[in-house]
Amino acid sequence: MSLQQIPHIILVLSGKGGVGKSSVTTQLALTLSLQGHSVGILDVDLTGPSIPRFLGVESAKITQSAGGLLPVTVHEAKPAQPTVPTSSDNPSTTPSSNISYARLSAISLGLVLSSRSTAVIWRGPKKTAMVRQFLTSTVWPSDTEYLLIDTPPGTSDEHISLLETLLKETAATPAQLSGAVVVTTPQAVAISDVKKELDFCRKTGLRVLGVVENMAGFVCPHCSECTNVFSKGGGEIMAREAVVPFLGSVPIDPAFVALIEEGKRPVYPKGTVVGGTEAQEAEGNGEDAGTRDDGLLVEKYTSCSIYPLFEGMVNSILKDIEERDRNGGT
Amino acid sequence: MGPDPDIPYITERLSSIKHKILVLSGKGGVGKSTLSVLLSHAFASSSRPAHPISTPNGNGNGHTSPSSIPLTVGLLDADITGPSIPKMLSLEQEPVHVTSTGWSPLYLTDTLCAISIQNMLPSNNPDTAIIWRGAKKTGLLKQFLRDVEWGDLDMLVVDTPPGTSDEHLALCTFMRDAGIDGAVLVSTPQEVALLDVRRQVDFCRKAGIPIIGIVENMSGFVCPNCTGESQIFRPTTGGARKLAKDEGIAFLGAVPLDPRIGMACDFGEDFLEAFPESKAGVALRGVVREVGKRIGLDVVDDDAE
Repeated sequence: MSLQQIPHIILVLSGKGGVGKSSVTTQLALTLSLQGHSVGILDVDLTGPSIPRFLGVESAKITQSAGGLLPVTVHEAKPAQPTVPTSSDNPSTTPSSNISYARLSAISLGLVLSSRSTAVIWRGPKKTAMVRQFLTSTVWPSDTEYLLIDTPPGTSDEHISLLETLLKETAATPAQLSGAVVVTTPQAVAISDVKKELDFCRKTGLRVLGVVENMAGFVCPHCSECTNVFSKGGGEIMAREAVVPFLGSVPIDPAFVALIEEGKRPVYPKGTVVGGTEAQEAEGNGEDAGTRDDGLLVEKYTSCSIYPLFEGMVNSILKDIEERDRNGGT
Repeated sequence: MGPDPDIPYITERLSSIKHKILVLSGKGGVGKSTLSVLLSHAFASSSRPAHPISTPNGNGNGHTSPSSIPLTVGLLDADITGPSIPKMLSLEQEPVHVTSTGWSPLYLTDTLCAISIQNMLPSNNPDTAIIWRGAKKTGLLKQFLRDVEWGDLDMLVVDTPPGTSDEHLALCTFMRDAGIDGAVLVSTPQEVALLDVRRQVDFCRKAGIPIIGIVENMSGFVCPNCTGESQIFRPTTGGARKLAKDEGIAFLGAVPLDPRIGMACDFGEDFLEAFPESKAGVALRGVVREVGKRIGLDVVDDDAE
């Protein structure tokens, strides 16, 4: 299935580097998948692709078929199962056994390179050609509902080519291009760059689905005290000034980093409060420490303290898209 | 395609600058601009001996001068689409002056000047997006190097955007004849960042830029509540120290995450001047000393007094 047939395309943008575009893209994709939507991720950060690392598919390679490039499958769909305990695989001990999710696939330049430390030293025209090729000749799984596009920092070649190609390809059905999620961190230095990105969206007519304030505070794993390492609240003020929706603040969660880097299922000390909501208990599945780290990224992600925050964001994005679809794409 | 006819002009212009360093990182948001600003501040507030032991082309000649001469530093912001330097130096509102002989850099103090595209945007709308393709960015960088009247400087620090693309190639090409002392690489401890820094090391090798060393930024965080130390960005693969060892490059130091550094940058203040004795301040001064030593910059050691 080609780009024209994907119902919803969402861009993840930020003027500033290192604010967590890839992290937000990954978590939006996992959340969408857990809500039963089949997702594809396209990583157009050509000189610093991180998506393969986030999804734990660094050793995978994309393949070329007769129809075009085939993305890597991160996980297949797993339909909801009736909760009938079967004696053989003892579902009560694996907390994720009753979780259902839809397929997630991804494509990135990092999945083409022969070595993970090879520098891709490309000038604009070559990057443009690669972005076009990824957009126009990738064969997405036929059930793909959402395409998330992770971008490099800035407002340059990749972004111009991306928008040009997307606008051309979706000219017949402009509602396909749902809009952009803009990621920032709370500091003034990041905000001033991200304001430029909002200006970019305005100039290119790209809808802003909302602003995510990432790295808003760090919850100390020793005492569960939240420290605002990069200050706080800047993202919300910026969203208000620019009159775009504010999707929420996401704290730094070391357990999420450990999940990505080491595949550890997140556990938290007692009394950890994230986003003003409930504390995630550590001991709920404490007995089966041996099997706790087994399972797919998407299954383990449900134990992450910031997953409920992303659920909220995805719900408001989906509502926004739905409303727009109902109003005929305006 | 022959060599760029502007290169001799650039080389001529840069010949009055003794040391030129690039601050690089494949990854965004690891603290390139912060480190560039801190290095610039630190060098601009130090001095060199008035009579260096053997620098024949030193220009401290002839004057009946004091025992040390302040160092002069220029800071070039090569991040065209996401410039941060003016904000960090409180120079956001200053416009660049164009004269018949070139562009005048913006002076923060007598010894520290800077240039950035931010200062060339219309002052009524500083949030204008700069939506430029590579060729245009390359063109502006050429102008920064060819047309800015830096004057006599002890050091030029070039802050770069993330990645390995047009800007980096442009800097390399344009500055090759003038000579680059080397690159300071910045990384955070987690593998996602190191992955991009490895690509940057590969870039430096391919482009023939010497690597001065690597700095690990945001290395550990001390909770102000319980003083328990934790790793926000966990070095699961050994961090920058291991990368330095594997790649055979120097490790310049680890700077802990201190929320006050970010705040100092947001308000355009000099963190090192405000908190010289903080843990991060001490670590940063160590990095500055290491960089100075490795490029052969003769600095009067204030710490010795």
